[in-house]
Amino acid sequence: MAIKCKAKMKDGMVEVKALMKHAMETGLRKDSKTGEPIPAHHITEITCTHNGNELLRCNMGPAISKNPYLSFTVSGPKAGDTIQLSSIDNMGETDSGEAVIK
Amino acid sequence: MKRREFNRKLATITGLGVGVTSGLLPVSTLASWPTAAFDTETVNDAKNALFGESEMIETDAITFKAPDIAENGRVVPVSINVGLNNIQEIALMVPENPAPLVTTFVMSDQSNVSVGTRIKMGKTSPLVAVVKADGKVYTASSKEIKVTIGGCGG
Repeated sequence: MAIKCKAKMKDGMVEVKALMKHAMETGLRKDSKTGEPIPAHHITEITCTHNGNELLRCNMGPAISKNPYLSFTVSGPKAGDTIQLSSIDNMGETDSGEAVIK
Repeated sequence: MKRREFNRKLATITGLGVGVTSGLLPVSTLASWPTAAFDTETVNDAKNALFGESEMIETDAITFKAPDIAENGRVVPVSINVGLNNIQEIALMVPENPAPLVTTFVMSDQSNVSVGTRIKMGKTSPLVAVVKADGKVYTASSKEIKVTIGGCGG
């Protein structure tokens, strides 16, 4: 549960804000001491679901900043519902978070 | 933790969720990350890899919110507002980056959405958004964002 997540109703839409912890290595950087390239390690997919229905999916490339922030609006869920967020990176590590809509 | 709750969380964590079995909305699998599109080196190639060879329609229904000058190219906060109907997918690109495609948002048939995130920019560049809505491909670009320190490593 490392994705911090907030959701609130705004004009009939649900506004979701999420903050993840991730290094988001591009694969272009080099180690300053050894000169070895640092392998790419970044989140590839974040999915927002509500009662098992996929509301939004974000495909991320390595050009998203370290510790990604994401905000988006979705329609469908009502206040009091819970939405889930889950992420997976290019090394198969997963993470998740959830929020109750205010 | 209750068993039901645990199962639900497990489903979320595995990324596939119950959405696969319920089939109510367009269903995706983990294999759908568009590798080819993220590997391309021009905006046009990325667009073709994502949406096919269809023609892009210039529109002013897509608006950007971004700083004029980004002092640190590693963290540039941007957001896009798209005022179109039946938005299916929004792709954000930075033409001057080594790989222009930054991110894509796959929506479930929505209208009037805004998405925001923080991106890395290698050097001064405008932003380009390519949006698939109602079966058509729209595009718009922002004003130039000045980057004083690049954020793509090297």
